[in-house]
Amino acid sequence: MTIQEVQLDRKKSPFYSRQAKLDRLNQWHEWKGYSSADAFYNAELEYFAIRNSTAVFDLTPMTKYRITGPDSLDYIDRLVTRDMRKIKPGRVAYAVWCDDQGQVIDDGTIFHLMEGEYRLCSQERHMEWLTAAAIGLDVNIKEETADIAALAVQGPTSYSVLKNLGLDGVENLKLFGLMDFDFEGTNLMVSRTGYTGDLGYELWIDPSKAEALWDALFEAGTNYGIMAIGTTALEQSRIEAGYLAAYEDFLPALATVRTGRSRSPFEIGLGWLVDFKKPNFNGRRALAREKRSGSTWRLVKLDIEGNKPASHSYIYTKKYGRFRQVGFVTSAAWSPICKHNIAIGTVRTPNGKVGDTLWVEIYYQREMHWTRLMAKAEVVGKPFWDPERRRVTPPGVY
Amino acid sequence: MTERYDAIVVGAGHNGLVCSALLAKAGKRVLVLEAKDQVGGAAITRAFATGYSVSACAHLLYQLQPKVRKDLGLKIEYAAENMETIALSPNGQHVRITGNRVDGVSDADTDSYRGFYKRMTRFADLLQTYMNRPPARLANGTAKDLLTLARLGLDVRLLGKTEMREFLRLIGMNIYDELVERFESPLLKGALSLDAVLGTHLGPRSPNTILTYLYRLCGNHGRLDSPAGGMSSVTEALAHAARDNGATIRTGMPVKRIIIENGRAAGVETENGDTFSSWLVVSNADPKSTIMDLVSPRNVETGFTRRVHNIRMRGNAAKLHLALDGLPTIEGLDKKDFGERMVIAPDEDYVERAFNPAKYGEFSSNPVLEVTFPSFRDSSLAPTGKHVLSAIVQYAPYKLKGGWTDATRDEFMQAAIEKLAEYAPDLPQRITASELLTPADIEKEFRITGGHWHHGELTLDQFLFVRPVGGAAQYAMPLDGLYLCGAGAHPGGGISGAAGRNAARVILSREKAA
Amino acid sequence: MKTYDAIVVGAGHNGLTNAAFLAKAGLDVLCVEKNEYIGGATVSRNLYKDWIYSNASYVCSLLRPEIFRALELSRHGLQITPYGGGTVFMQKGGYLGSYPDHDVHHREYSRFSKNDADAYERFSADTMRQCRFVRDFLLRTPADPTSFKPKDLKRLAHLGSKFFEMGEDRMYDTIRFWTMSVAEYLDEYFETDVIKAALSGSGIIGTALGIHSPGTAYVLLHHYMGEVDGNMGAWGFARGGMGAVAEAIAGAFQAYGGELRRDAGVEQILVKRGKVKGVALTNGEEIDARIVVSGMDVKRTFLKCMDKKDLPADFYHRVENFKIRGSSGKLNIALDGMPSFPALPKGSPLLDGDMHFIDSMERMERAYDDWKEGTWSKDPYVDMVIPTVSDPTMAPPGKHFMSCFVQYCPAKINGREWKPEEREAFGQTVIDQIAEYSPDFKDLILHVEVRTPKEIEDEAGLTEGNIFHGELTMDQLMFNRPVPGYAQYRAPVAGLYMCGSSTHPGGGVIAAPGANAAREILFDLSRSNTVPETFGDD
Repeated sequence: MTIQEVQLDRKKSPFYSRQAKLDRLNQWHEWKGYSSADAFYNAELEYFAIRNSTAVFDLTPMTKYRITGPDSLDYIDRLVTRDMRKIKPGRVAYAVWCDDQGQVIDDGTIFHLMEGEYRLCSQERHMEWLTAAAIGLDVNIKEETADIAALAVQGPTSYSVLKNLGLDGVENLKLFGLMDFDFEGTNLMVSRTGYTGDLGYELWIDPSKAEALWDALFEAGTNYGIMAIGTTALEQSRIEAGYLAAYEDFLPALATVRTGRSRSPFEIGLGWLVDFKKPNFNGRRALAREKRSGSTWRLVKLDIEGNKPASHSYIYTKKYGRFRQVGFVTSAAWSPICKHNIAIGTVRTPNGKVGDTLWVEIYYQREMHWTRLMAKAEVVGKPFWDPERRRVTPPGVY
Repeated sequence: MTERYDAIVVGAGHNGLVCSALLAKAGKRVLVLEAKDQVGGAAITRAFATGYSVSACAHLLYQLQPKVRKDLGLKIEYAAENMETIALSPNGQHVRITGNRVDGVSDADTDSYRGFYKRMTRFADLLQTYMNRPPARLANGTAKDLLTLARLGLDVRLLGKTEMREFLRLIGMNIYDELVERFESPLLKGALSLDAVLGTHLGPRSPNTILTYLYRLCGNHGRLDSPAGGMSSVTEALAHAARDNGATIRTGMPVKRIIIENGRAAGVETENGDTFSSWLVVSNADPKSTIMDLVSPRNVETGFTRRVHNIRMRGNAAKLHLALDGLPTIEGLDKKDFGERMVIAPDEDYVERAFNPAKYGEFSSNPVLEVTFPSFRDSSLAPTGKHVLSAIVQYAPYKLKGGWTDATRDEFMQAAIEKLAEYAPDLPQRITASELLTPADIEKEFRITGGHWHHGELTLDQFLFVRPVGGAAQYAMPLDGLYLCGAGAHPGGGISGAAGRNAARVILSREKAA
Repeated sequence: MKTYDAIVVGAGHNGLTNAAFLAKAGLDVLCVEKNEYIGGATVSRNLYKDWIYSNASYVCSLLRPEIFRALELSRHGLQITPYGGGTVFMQKGGYLGSYPDHDVHHREYSRFSKNDADAYERFSADTMRQCRFVRDFLLRTPADPTSFKPKDLKRLAHLGSKFFEMGEDRMYDTIRFWTMSVAEYLDEYFETDVIKAALSGSGIIGTALGIHSPGTAYVLLHHYMGEVDGNMGAWGFARGGMGAVAEAIAGAFQAYGGELRRDAGVEQILVKRGKVKGVALTNGEEIDARIVVSGMDVKRTFLKCMDKKDLPADFYHRVENFKIRGSSGKLNIALDGMPSFPALPKGSPLLDGDMHFIDSMERMERAYDDWKEGTWSKDPYVDMVIPTVSDPTMAPPGKHFMSCFVQYCPAKINGREWKPEEREAFGQTVIDQIAEYSPDFKDLILHVEVRTPKEIEDEAGLTEGNIFHGELTMDQLMFNRPVPGYAQYRAPVAGLYMCGSSTHPGGGVIAAPGANAAREILFDLSRSNTVPETFGDD
């Protein structure tokens, strides 16, 4: 009798052998069952690789679903709030999906691979919800997380690296576009997407070719400052870009236990993804109601005075010299590239309009002693970091 | 060419007809579309053998709401009224029950039954007040909902302290414990158990069977009538009322889909391609087929779809029709007794044991039966001197392991006939034609998903606020212009007309408000 | 002769808790226990050589941390240690594991169904929500919905506000959760039979209901409650056996100046002129007290230890009809070594967890059908643990103690008493079931104690051996428990109180009934309250 056993230790991505070789710190955390590095050598250098040269991040643990079948467009279009009929094959859409109450379940990217075939990629797992959404529709949903190895290749020189790798035509790849290439006889899909807010790509390939791809990529990047990075650096760059993280800036609605802890797309700054002109989508009625009657929460991007990151801070308004607590910071970082003290937070409406002044209560420690600080914070509209090069096609050689 | 109506009602079941009649009465231009060539849904009379007709699904009338009769001025002719229930005993020592009277049991049981009946009918009256109004929506926060909720609380409180405590205690209980506590007579306990579980996927030991028992008493305290000419006469009367008020009823027009435009109901399309427009579509179909087939989940929310998908509505009751060349002999029964209702449920454990196999997708080899000989008092149903036996036979689970086939259907019919023969030994020889409708057959013939006569199991988790599903218990579906009016909606099944009436009232009052 | 402020009848964990809180408030309290050992069903017994048996209750998941803390039980030697996961062995080979690590658990479920692995998260969130709702009521006296007293109206309003706070959809979920069967509840999440079977056990433990009986979803909470606080160490074994719980509470009680008497069974609760007077012991001794608190179940209290004429007829009748059903039995086994389970990988952490041998919903339900027919399940649901894997104090080194909770097992066989050979056969049924998955198990058995509801009743005094002192069905919960109108711990005789598991919130080693009753007593005596309510965390 063969003994079936679940793997008790963490899963290893197909890039693990290569990452382990570069690892100097032995700092790993769990990401959906996989080992994922915090950093390999120095998080600060890794951060600057994103902004200055090329950073490579192992995306394999991202949850991936393949959606096929005659009703796949109808299915996807009902699932998410944006109009998926406009996303042609070869294009990628950032999207958000909601429960019946219009509360965000998760956000993610949807790749229109070919006519009637999609890949949905998200941080969390959603098989049960996706299955429920398929009731009565002719679609097939397959989880393919482990079947595809994925790398984010991000940074100003990333285009040059890919070009050097021999990906002819990648210069024509537009933001949110995807293209297929041949890599040693295997399909290599490249999408111009990312989580850093910089010029960058994501590479998708069969796990059997993962190591070869890694090696070729690093070979091609030798002269372009290529560097493997961990989550710490990535986290810093995504806050600069104003991107959201599930379980930090919002809580997946289906996982909330307490009332009022979930958020609608309007409440996390994703109102632009909600399209009431398209056919029925999940959460539509509730969102239309919210649109009419107003939201409870608002997501704010904060530019905070000083240089002490406002992690876990309360947010206040100040009126007639009195502070009133109106929300809290959900993500905070010092932006090394902008030299700004930045944060993402959630506040009760009507507070937090762009241009408003808020206050955050920061606690910081210096040589054992804690200090409390009330810092002024300005609500800003644009991401802190949004360089032109992210969009330009063909990208320059930066 | 698309015709426009004020309202389109999908399905001419009794609830659909009640709803149409009331909408038409309020001045609406109503179109009713019925798939079959005959109105009535599961309340119809039809032939099952040459010369023999029968009420093909529901066969006794006990729940038709007085308010429905009154609102529509219904006049129904009865072949039999206030029928007795005879709990058959193999040795002829039958127990007879009518109203609060029971014969053939000990004095203690007679007294005890009187008290039991009094209390149960009192609770049933309370329940009935809810039956005839739409349930409140929780936390919608409108003043009206809070008022309905407050009334619910108040009504219960008005019962008085002791009775209220008893009501709150009993409502979730099983009938088995209550019967065992109160009565000695196995036949009485068996018959009452059967009343509690008829048409459900429950055994007498299942908690919740007091509720199903009370539900049966709602309206007329369990008084049993048999309409002349079978159930069709009830639904024909309803159809008349609808037509008299100006509604158009078209039969032989199965609806293929409900047309949705810009997120609201806009009309219907029939299977032969005709379309009819209306901003108000009322479905008498069960909630599952309404949402899954007619509307398509594409047009509603995922969570809602899942809730609808999860509605438990797998029928367990089969219907047996026998054409007989004469009345059988049953020991201890007079000829006139054949006009009454008979039940085969020798004791409460027997009923529970009959239920056991249903849990595993098997049918009862020793089934429980509710038997009538409708032709005895209604000569229109069979040739002179011949008779019809109409029986509900339980348990026959919709999802039979391996599925229902001709062979399994025959097997179950044989089990039922053998059981009958234990009481009426000459019955098998008298059978000239027979028909058994399993829940799968009922699903097909009457277009009820799962063949469940309540369009959804009648248990506390599918009752009141949460029937058919939470948030949609007020007849309005989460899609503008679409309403439910069938048994799947509050309060549930049985030929009561309550759902149809409530739906019509909700529609009309919503319009007034708008 | 001395008159005590209060006599508590029965040194089970609830009686002791009650006594401890009363003593803490400065009352002169005597706790009497019929056995020479304390604990009732929360007990460690030394029945074979150097083995300690948790021979009745066997895990500690529900003991309210508020009580633990208020009585300083750690000072009195109580330590609860968690155990790792669980296993369901499958008939056709293989097993389903349950792991404390979130992602390993997910991976394990994924072996069977990806849908179910993800669904488990929603299931956990939804169940947790219900736990949080209920938790708030555990250490509160239930409201009387028929009363117009400000205190009751306030309690009702509290209940209402907690309910409405959940938001519309979740209120509907709550209504359904409280009324549906555990099988149907699980059907709404999972598709895999063995996963449903694994989770459904908690819905029927201790009840005379099957997994398809409406109302059983709620019983699940009695399993999950331990996890809800998010505090570590809420669920696990009591070091030294369950008796450690009783010993610690008794320690607290005595430290507060309470008096504990063993071998002092109560024959009757004495009533004089409609007021409680004290108790008469089986040895004829009479002890006076201003208050008597019964930790026994209501049937035993009122039907066996009281004079019928001292009680209102209606109340007496309702107590007679109170449903206490024997539905479970127990096997306690001393083992010469650790049995092997070849289906599990060597060194699997699952060996340090509970084990089950029913892998389908049909088998679960069929086990119940046997009970309905008045006999024990021929293919029973067994909840088996070996606490000695992590607790070296309960058996000699290398030896083990195994506790098997068995369902279903009726109090009587077809309405008559058990015969010794039937008890043997019942034990054998369980041993055979386990041996199917552990070839060396039978050879390792040194001693077996088989307990049907009869033995449990005889020793611990639980009517029909029902571990919850009464069915946890809707008609016997909250304001209906034990009897409508008497849910606030006061018996219909002045000075007489109930504090056993027959009262709200019911059974399990939870100690809330004892604590709640103490709070009500102190209120009646206008004493300051020593009993905590909830931690109040959100």
